[in-house]
Amino acid sequence: MAAPLALVLVVAVTVRAALFRSSLAEFISERVEVVSPLSSWKRVVEGLSLLDLGVSPYSGAVFHETPLIIYLFHFLIDYAELVFMITDALTAIALYFAIQDFNKVVFKKQKLLLELDQYAPDVAELIRTPMEMRYIPLKVALLQCFPQCYFSCLSDIPVSVPPYLVCPRTPLSPPAAVHTCENEEQGLLDLFLGVCHDVCGKPSGNRLPLLLPSQLLGFHPRSLWLYCWVSPDFKLSCAVKEGLSVPDLTPNIGLFWYFFAEMFEHFSLFFVCVFQINVFFYTIPLAIKLKEHPIFFMFIQIAIIAIFKSYPTVGDVALYMAFFPVWNHLYRFLRNIFVLTCIIIVCSLLFPVLWHLWIYAGSANSNFFYAITLTFNVGQILLISDYFYAFLRREYYLTHGLYLTAKDGTEAMLVLK
Amino acid sequence: MGLLSDPVRRRALARLVLRLNAPLWALPVAWLERTMRSVGLEVYTQSFSRKLPFPDETHERYMVSGTNVYGILRAPRAASTESLVLTVPCGSDSTNSQAVGLLLALAAHFRGQIYWAKDIIFLVTEHDLLGTEAWLEAYHDVNVTGMQSSPLQGRAGAIQAAVALELSSDVVTSLDVAVEGLNGQLPNLDLLNLFQTFCQKGGLLCTLQGKLQPQDWTSLDGPLQGLQTLLLMVLRQASGRPHGSHGLFLRYRVEALTLRGINSFRQYKYDLVAVGKALEGMFRKLNHLLERLHQSFFLYLLPALSRFVSIGLYMPAAGFLLLVLGLKALELWMQLHEAEVGVEEPGGAPGPSVPLPPSQGVGLASLVAPLLISQAMGLALYVLPVLGQHVATQHFPVAEAEAVVLTLLAIYAAGLALPHNTHRVVSTQAPDRGWMALKLVALIYLALQLGCIALTNFSLGFLLATTMVPAAALAKPHGPRTLYAALLVLTSPAATLLGSLFLWRELQEAPLSLAEGWQLFLAALAQGVLEHHTYGALLFPLLSLGLYPCWLLFWNVLFWK
Repeated sequence: MAAPLALVLVVAVTVRAALFRSSLAEFISERVEVVSPLSSWKRVVEGLSLLDLGVSPYSGAVFHETPLIIYLFHFLIDYAELVFMITDALTAIALYFAIQDFNKVVFKKQKLLLELDQYAPDVAELIRTPMEMRYIPLKVALLQCFPQCYFSCLSDIPVSVPPYLVCPRTPLSPPAAVHTCENEEQGLLDLFLGVCHDVCGKPSGNRLPLLLPSQLLGFHPRSLWLYCWVSPDFKLSCAVKEGLSVPDLTPNIGLFWYFFAEMFEHFSLFFVCVFQINVFFYTIPLAIKLKEHPIFFMFIQIAIIAIFKSYPTVGDVALYMAFFPVWNHLYRFLRNIFVLTCIIIVCSLLFPVLWHLWIYAGSANSNFFYAITLTFNVGQILLISDYFYAFLRREYYLTHGLYLTAKDGTEAMLVLK
Repeated sequence: MGLLSDPVRRRALARLVLRLNAPLWALPVAWLERTMRSVGLEVYTQSFSRKLPFPDETHERYMVSGTNVYGILRAPRAASTESLVLTVPCGSDSTNSQAVGLLLALAAHFRGQIYWAKDIIFLVTEHDLLGTEAWLEAYHDVNVTGMQSSPLQGRAGAIQAAVALELSSDVVTSLDVAVEGLNGQLPNLDLLNLFQTFCQKGGLLCTLQGKLQPQDWTSLDGPLQGLQTLLLMVLRQASGRPHGSHGLFLRYRVEALTLRGINSFRQYKYDLVAVGKALEGMFRKLNHLLERLHQSFFLYLLPALSRFVSIGLYMPAAGFLLLVLGLKALELWMQLHEAEVGVEEPGGAPGPSVPLPPSQGVGLASLVAPLLISQAMGLALYVLPVLGQHVATQHFPVAEAEAVVLTLLAIYAAGLALPHNTHRVVSTQAPDRGWMALKLVALIYLALQLGCIALTNFSLGFLLATTMVPAAALAKPHGPRTLYAALLVLTSPAATLLGSLFLWRELQEAPLSLAEGWQLFLAALAQGVLEHHTYGALLFPLLSLGLYPCWLLFWNVLFWK
């Protein structure tokens, strides 16, 4: 499987290189759907030049990344494109191997449960075979070929940076976490999750309740010492506060900006809390329900973060969409996939059109853009809940049989309560 | 196409002109500068040059260069933060010289007044719209179209509104207004109402598309004329051409109109004093603006000068057309889904049997080939004509403009003849699923494109929807294939363009014969490509990169084996 993966990587790197050199690079790096105030590369460059002038980068409202980014890119700023491309490629490789391992574990578990006769007798067609799972890792690695990933590579710190470049960027943990979940290396899991999730203060899939409070506060105890060592004047408040208190209301594909743009100051704290709770709130119920399926839990959690976080971008969306091939077998239980796919594609295309109509043509206003944002997020939420439903339904069928009969012998319908 | 379509003759003429060392006509820059300065304006010039993608009829050369002259009347008591523009585009002949005279007279009159709160810029551009585009780009410090121009030395603040003037004679019978701008953008309706108000105040006749308003809306004539005007406006907006200098101002959020003086056979003629009074009234009213014009409609259609149809009334029509595509796509999805379920039924027997192939059946992989090939054809249609014009002129005795157009048509027709038999991956159980999946994707693609187009340029979106939606919904490999093929060819983007040209001239009561129509069609193609490269008009890329590949997908569906 090395050859197809290598081919995918070569194609991805070529397209990225071509895009970097073209005139599209500037155009895309300014788009609001792609960059957010937290992750914009322009702001990183600004922060680094402030540092060169001897001013603390956190003194203005421009730079909101953690000090590790400063220290990393201080030396690599001239090679930024290369760094982004390499990290994207490494992510693809990491995801590939992670999903390969996951598939092996799933297959082993399935065999074990089959031998233990835990499954109902007529669920043969729901059992997964190695044949159909063979190409899944490759399809997941195709994440790098998503247009969204190209765009986010061009304009902000890329969506995924491998774990061994200690770079605090949100979704770097999935590959690491997948690895460590399966290898039961709890300590490593902690470290990755902790170090890598504090920028936006968003926890990722995590089945250790102990980590939850610190995740909520946006950092991990073990990474604190790292920060203290790295930068003594690191203001814990800066990077975390930005993500939590949402002071910058540039339009993006999230739900926060419009709401807080029209709200009085008096109420904003309350509503900030309400909105931010949405991100964290589903962790515990999901952890309880999905305690035997950590990877699915992580997938759902990443998706929820991508939808509800304060400054989402298309890169975050692309990341959880990369995991769809892993749940290919749920396709037959998805109820609304056609409508939802249409909604998401239509909204993705309408984002730039309505932005143009609002900002450049002047014949629309922010309501139109926010309507598309709302529709896009509703589509995403319905998609995630559809997948959740499909997953639960398959689990139910596996244990109770595919052809259900009610007490009087007629065919029964499964209803989600 | 013209006398100079023979490259040998053209080269000879070019050599002769070079020897004479005299351009065919040039703007009298020095005289304009002197006159404007004597009136009391701050005068500046700007030189620009542009390499055209191919030499067309009006500019018989690749390199077009010229000079714009503009004078700024500074407001006596304000801070020069806002300005108004009165522009006179001068082409390669002196048809607009009367307008220059009126401009200078107005400048002299305005200079003596004390009530100006905004600066007024009097702009005379060379080469019509090219000069205007160069000036606008330099004024706003952007480079959208690759024009090389010298930077402007004098500026006057944010432009609030602009009026472009075209007068070819010193008496007019009526003043005509043009509203459609680049890519179908329209000025705020308030500006049009302003124009009409001041014409009526001065007793000047104002016309739209050269015709007076119908007075009698109760009988059938009035509404019929209104319908004619409306359809003409739809066609003009759909073409995406800037019908006058004002069209280029609209892109920079400057509300602008073009006023043309018409000298027809009417008995009562107005002299330029009346026109000047109307313009003065308009400028004085615009002087009072506290904020940019935004209160009235930006998206409207005009059946008459004093009536309009707002977007809320006509957008649902486009919505319903796109709904047809959506419903058809849904139907295909249900059919595909039923086919899957039907196929899996026999395999549902209990016991460890070999699980069936993944239920995506005709996976996405088999659709990639037709999509890629269609997009590649579209890309070829977009890129090759201009790139290959030199090769074409070397091998064939045609001029560059003709070479571009003929290459366009050749690639278009080549797409028709391209058979696609990408049905290798279709499972033997359901041979229909290949074309159904392709048609599903093509329907969604078409609906998306038409939706996006309709949002930015409603007329274009609607026109394309009315022609392409029925054909697209009906296309299928079974049934009367020749009939569907004919329908599909008749509704292809090029045929729509041809048909709308005939319709346009029909509505203008100057019907075309077939040969004339064909000539006009070729000229329109050349104009479309040229305008895309010089002003950034979007019709050509939309049709070649967006709709033509989509149409090719339906062609593939129709000829699916």
